[in-house]
Amino acid sequence: MNFITHLRTKKLLVPLSLGLIGLIVVIVSFINNPQSTQAVLGSTIRQSTPIILGALCGIMCERAGVVNIGIEGQMLLSAFIGFMANVWTGNLFISVLAGMATGALLGLLLAFMSVTLKLDQIIGGTVINILALGLTGYFYTAGLTTAGKIQPLTLGFLAKIPLVGPILFRNPPITYTAIILVFVLQFVLFKTTWGLRTRAVGEHPRAADTLGINVFTTRYINVILGGAIAGLAGAFLTLEAVGSFERAMTNGRGFVALAVMIFGKWTPLGAWGAALLFGFANAMQTQFQFMGTFNIPHQFIGMLPYLLTIIVLAGFGGRARPPAADGSPYEKE
Amino acid sequence: MPDENINKPGAFFWLKQLWLSVRVPLAAVMLALLVGALILLISDINPLDAYAALFKGAFGNEKYLQRTLEKATPLIFSGLAVSFAFKAGLFNIGAQGQLLMGALTSATIGFMVTGLPPLIHIPLALFGGALVGALYGAIPGALKTFTGAHEVITTIMLNYIAINITDYLADGPLKDNSPGNIVARTPRIADSAVIPTPQTSLTVGILIVLIVMILASIVFFAILKKINFKIKNRILLFFLRLALVIGLGVGVGLLLKIILPGFYTQPVGFLPYEAIPIPIGFLIAVAMSGVVWFLLMRTSFGFEIRTVGLNQHAAKYAGIRVRLMIVLAMVISGFLAGMGGSVETQGIVYRYQPGFNVGLGFDGITIALLGRNHPLGVIPAALLVGAMKAGSNVMQFEAGVPSEIIDVIQALMLFFVAADVIVRWVIGAKEKSEAEQIKLTTGWGNQ
Repeated sequence: MNFITHLRTKKLLVPLSLGLIGLIVVIVSFINNPQSTQAVLGSTIRQSTPIILGALCGIMCERAGVVNIGIEGQMLLSAFIGFMANVWTGNLFISVLAGMATGALLGLLLAFMSVTLKLDQIIGGTVINILALGLTGYFYTAGLTTAGKIQPLTLGFLAKIPLVGPILFRNPPITYTAIILVFVLQFVLFKTTWGLRTRAVGEHPRAADTLGINVFTTRYINVILGGAIAGLAGAFLTLEAVGSFERAMTNGRGFVALAVMIFGKWTPLGAWGAALLFGFANAMQTQFQFMGTFNIPHQFIGMLPYLLTIIVLAGFGGRARPPAADGSPYEKE
Repeated sequence: MPDENINKPGAFFWLKQLWLSVRVPLAAVMLALLVGALILLISDINPLDAYAALFKGAFGNEKYLQRTLEKATPLIFSGLAVSFAFKAGLFNIGAQGQLLMGALTSATIGFMVTGLPPLIHIPLALFGGALVGALYGAIPGALKTFTGAHEVITTIMLNYIAINITDYLADGPLKDNSPGNIVARTPRIADSAVIPTPQTSLTVGILIVLIVMILASIVFFAILKKINFKIKNRILLFFLRLALVIGLGVGVGLLLKIILPGFYTQPVGFLPYEAIPIPIGFLIAVAMSGVVWFLLMRTSFGFEIRTVGLNQHAAKYAGIRVRLMIVLAMVISGFLAGMGGSVETQGIVYRYQPGFNVGLGFDGITIALLGRNHPLGVIPAALLVGAMKAGSNVMQFEAGVPSEIIDVIQALMLFFVAADVIVRWVIGAKEKSEAEQIKLTTGWGNQ
């Protein structure tokens, strides 16, 4: 009893019990049908990777007080540059770095617009989105081939564990990086000086400034690093998941990432949970289409993730509290 | 706004105000074209050739000019939709989805209903599309007021949902099942729903403009009346004035046609056109901008909308029903976007076909900002973007430039017009005049 009250005060009761129910469902379904359970859960992890990376970018920016609507554009242009780098150099590592650099560069542009020029931040993000769409459309030529895409990395004996092994420990590197980044960022944001400063800048920039924290530098660094993470998400799409580029291939993932960030209450771990939920919805969608047991038009199945986003936002977005100075430029006195 | 000066200023004052509000967008367009030229140079194309071909494709002859005007028509609507939402402090990225729903509805009314005279069928389809757009726009408005879900994300999600819904309908229940058709599209709309061009029939065209204007005013004023504004007499007054103005316009138009039968096909001398081919849809769009301008700037409803956009807390304190205003602003925004879809369907495409009106909603953002977020400023901005869109085909054909460069230039225009600090620095204008200040959106937190 004491244990349950402890969990309730820590607000962990609901997530934990939901996780427990989920675990039981997974085990039952694994016993019944190991093949498709494994397929769906593996796909959940893969589908959630770009979304959680985008959400981490959003968290970094917004914890520092900069609204980033441009994640979609950052992902798209990084995906393109990463792909082109792969075409030219054939070196996957360099290609991923190129994608991240592109994201960081767009992050610099966003920081310049929102911190230095004090533009309306939502307009600034929209500029990035439209610019990325235009640039990739203009420079893209069909029929390019690459040396290949990033292969999964099997983690030795861990991958031999039934169910968990193939899902968690037989993934390509960016997927591992995303999962590691979730915990790293959670630690950095809430347990380090840098995280404390970032949150102070996002909540009350004037107070932070009074205490000697450089608001502008903090925002710049956070937005640029966030951009690099969004760039990693783009690199994931072209270099790890698909292996090729097509126009507007991000398909709204950047915006889903924002919803995931809000759903996760601006914390990396919460956002990861939400991203896994979205990944699961996507995985089920492909599974339904693959099985073809339900006679629903594919457009309605395709609608699911977007409907889910709206429901999540409408159900939980209102209650979540964003950082207090989110979206407002800081004017030094 | 310059209109609200109490002292009656002279003509020079107006010119100066106009120049003050026009110079930054103009400079932004120039800068965007310059940077676009740099990008063209990178890809080994002579930018002068490209721009010359672009200009020729937009204004070179009568057909090209008509195409420019046709392209500008839905853009005016989406620009109006976005700027109306901006006025209430909302960012309607969902104009795209509302436009698609409107286009599909108008196509459905266009081919399912037959046997009506054009004077009834055209407005029916037009307003059917607009109403569905309004309903679709009401969703994010209601979500924002009742649950706090930010409209930027919900409208984008609704865009994707609209694409899926319209794809499904155009490929399923509403599919064109005539022999030989394999693509997803609706049947062609009935001839009675097609908006004519003035070359075919001027009288019908002008009458349609008239009907649309009056119906739109009625719709807007019905909304006003529903929430009890004390302007009953002013409505009458306004309608009298409106009828007078329109009557005069129509009368002059008809007189010209009677006295000079060749007036509308006269060569205009210094221009390379036989006649000036203005599509009726374009006239409807211009008329609607007038209606929106009146609604925003000359009614208490418009004042309340603008107050909500400037400061929600002050608006609440002044007794304005902020939540209602937010929903209404989204409804009207969706109404305008949906009507844009209808005009596109009935005037140009003649059916709904997925992929035909992609991007129009997003162009609305650029256009609203280029037009300084003013209902009348939207018209020249839409003409500019429409000209670029119309000219890009010729440019691709003659100069071999991928037409996507237009999207890049458009994004640059959006950047420069939003980042007016840069533009101001370039043209050496230091002070920021009252006429130039616009507040746009609100972030997640400040509701």
